Amino acid sequence: MVSSLKLHDLIEEIRGAKTQAQEREVIQKECAHIRASFRDGDPLQRHRQLAKLLYVHMLGYPAHFGQMECLKLIASPRFIDKRVGYLGAMLLLDERHDAHLLITNSIKNDLSQGIQPVQGLALCTLGTMGSAEMCRDLATEVEKLLLQPGSYVRKKAILTAVHMVRKVPELSDIFLPPCAKLLREHHHGILLGTITLIMELCERSPAALRHFRKVVPKLVHILRTLVTTGYSTEHSISGVSDPFLQVQILRLLRILGRNHEESSETMNDLLAQVATNTDTSRNAGSAVLFETVLTIMDICSAAGLRVLAVNILGRFLLNSDKNIRYVALTSLLRLVQSDHSAVQRHRPTVVECLQESDASLSRQALELSLALVNNSNVRAMTQELQAFLESCPPDLRSDCASGILLAAERFAPTRRWHIDTILHVLTTAGTYVRDDAVANLTQLIGSAQELHAYSVRRLYQALVEDISQQPLVQVAAWCIGEYGDFLLENCEETEPLQVEEEEVLALLEKVLQSPMSLPATRGYALTALMKLSTRLPGDTNRIRQVVSIYGSCLDVELQQRAVEYNVLFQKYDHMRAAILEKMPLVEHGGSRADEEAKESREDTAPVPTEPQTSKLLDLLDLLHEAPGDTQQPPSLTPSPEGALVRFLDLPCAPPPPAPIPNLKVFEREGVQLHLSFTRPPGTPALLLITVTTTNSSEDEVTHFICQAAVPKSIQLQVEAPSGNTVPARGGPPITQLFRIFNPNKAPLRLKLRLSYNHSGQSVQETFEVNNLPVKTWQ
Amino acid sequence: MIKFFLMVNKQGQTRLSKYYEHVDINRRTLLETEVIKSCLSRSSEQCSFIEYKDFKLIYRQYAALFIVVGVNDTENEMAIYEFIHNFVEVLDEYFSRVVSLLTEEW
Repeated sequence: MVSSLKLHDLIEEIRGAKTQAQEREVIQKECAHIRASFRDGDPLQRHRQLAKLLYVHMLGYPAHFGQMECLKLIASPRFIDKRVGYLGAMLLLDERHDAHLLITNSIKNDLSQGIQPVQGLALCTLGTMGSAEMCRDLATEVEKLLLQPGSYVRKKAILTAVHMVRKVPELSDIFLPPCAKLLREHHHGILLGTITLIMELCERSPAALRHFRKVVPKLVHILRTLVTTGYSTEHSISGVSDPFLQVQILRLLRILGRNHEESSETMNDLLAQVATNTDTSRNAGSAVLFETVLTIMDICSAAGLRVLAVNILGRFLLNSDKNIRYVALTSLLRLVQSDHSAVQRHRPTVVECLQESDASLSRQALELSLALVNNSNVRAMTQELQAFLESCPPDLRSDCASGILLAAERFAPTRRWHIDTILHVLTTAGTYVRDDAVANLTQLIGSAQELHAYSVRRLYQALVEDISQQPLVQVAAWCIGEYGDFLLENCEETEPLQVEEEEVLALLEKVLQSPMSLPATRGYALTALMKLSTRLPGDTNRIRQVVSIYGSCLDVELQQRAVEYNVLFQKYDHMRAAILEKMPLVEHGGSRADEEAKESREDTAPVPTEPQTSKLLDLLDLLHEAPGDTQQPPSLTPSPEGALVRFLDLPCAPPPPAPIPNLKVFEREGVQLHLSFTRPPGTPALLLITVTTTNSSEDEVTHFICQAAVPKSIQLQVEAPSGNTVPARGGPPITQLFRIFNPNKAPLRLKLRLSYNHSGQSVQETFEVNNLPVKTWQ
Repeated sequence: MIKFFLMVNKQGQTRLSKYYEHVDINRRTLLETEVIKSCLSRSSEQCSFIEYKDFKLIYRQYAALFIVVGVNDTENEMAIYEFIHNFVEVLDEYFSRVVSLLTEEW
């Protein structure tokens, strides 16, 4: 039998292999050896074979046949076997293989022996791959080991406890009591482990959280000792005494102090002390300081402390180390919601960070800058952001563009500035803006009457220079179509622009024909051309020509439009001017509900006398098209912007008027009759009256019948009542619905006749309802 | 919480990987290639923290070897950065020839 290699030799041989295939060959040969020796080889050499197998596994080759060997090795009494066996168990076994349960017994035995290294191995393995069943079985063993003397085993036991709590949260009850005691230790390893364990326990149960608030003073004491003691060789990293322990304590203090006034107060002094005493020239100190800032931000700290935290972050921002600047930007972003004014002070530095070449940094700086825009600094900030937009990497462009547009919308000082800003963004980064930017801009321009001339000129100039940015082209085309006549006049706000009719038409045709234009853009351009046929004084032959060419275009939507416009020229030429009239001014509403309400109110105010003229075609909507179809009911709201998709589903009727108040019409011996009125929104001529009969007397009302009569011009429909008995003392009332149809808006008069039995008497009442509110019939 | 710990050389080969949350074998290779690509494309001027999907990657370069730790966002990035260095120093103490091995072609 060929003597098998030692691990060292195997590694050298593998590394000596020149190609992947050679390496695979070597490994396969060796695996065959290993398998043979597992079957009938020397048990004393087994650990060596397994060690080689583990190395091969680390390189990515299959090694599952070694699993049972791990078990055998763990069970062996020799340490050298156990060591490799446990290592193999951690690497090769996991919850998905049932074999892992077999080592539970071995672990149990090993834990109860007194030999520390063995206990250490067992605990490590349990902590790495222990499944829920194993944890449940071995929890008590681990707990016993938590409290025995000897820090080596205790630290490992604590870490195993952390793993167990994560796997099986019910075990937290077992591990809760020893924690307080463990905090009194001096060994940093034990302290670190205990603090992690406490954090896990607190995260899983609020009861544990309350329980551990008691240890806040103790933690404060430990941290204070750490910060104030001088240099200790054992724990110092770059001058800071055990920064890892400090960071963990701070994190636990954060969890305990969150939303809890009392604990937060205990921590205030300490946090200030840590913040001021830590040496931040090296990374370790900065890490501790950063954690302190995070803690201050999260607990209910004093105002002065928060300002201190923000100032520390500001100082970080000026640091030359990129890492520190990154964490400062991220934390400031978290803070900006709650301490806006404090963060504003650092705005100039943040804006400088925009110029960073590092992608992570510039992204954070962009987000933070956008969050910092407010009324007072909006102009300056927008300028900076626009400068950034021109030079920033492509993946940040769309975020930047939408951010600028959003900020402009929220804080625009004047409409002209707003239009300018949007225009600038569209020319710089047109392809990256979101789709509703076009809609927003058209709405904005449409609503600002005094700026029509100005905007159309600006847009025309921009379009002349560049027709590739689609959102810009769409808006410009729409504007030119609507306000093209302003182009030919002089406007005092911009430089005098000599524009000929022919140039305008040529430009739109260019857009139509350009291969860069999207179909939607072409639609805009075609419609704009049509509108210009009424606005521009020259003759319309050229436009007619273009329109008829597109009558056979391959794009279905364009073709449809062109055909319809053609018809408009030919058969309905007399209506053309009216149909292509200018749109009315839009109210620039905030929310959509506002817009809908305002739209409908606008609609009812200048009620169109001829439905045809006021009905402006929703020009992008295929469904409503046809210049000949002018019989739309007047209640169809004309959508002022062809572009605004969201206006397509406005309600067809004015909004429901203010609700009519309820009316009490009858009362006798505890029996009351109430009328409540509703008008369904779709049918203004219909009024629904609900009659409610209640009984607060001691006797019940039976055989209740209610009849009603109205004037002849009004129609009444009475529905069946809900019942004819009202139990005594406020029992469930009877309701009955009357439908009143009053299309002529005649004054409503209502006569009611009641008949019922009450307290042994038979009651008949007839009366007219006097005080009907005017709104019931108007 | 630390999600994974990788040691990768400049050629893109993974030398050590340890995952603390279960990730399928085939997704591991994909994850590692993407992570390595983002780390290798950074210059030494840029900061050591990268955002990748829902992890944050904190990496540190030692000669030809990159050590990358993936964390979720509850961690203190700078503490992890320090931790990576601590790890390397422990290896150095324990196996005294770590530094020389790193400079060889691993």
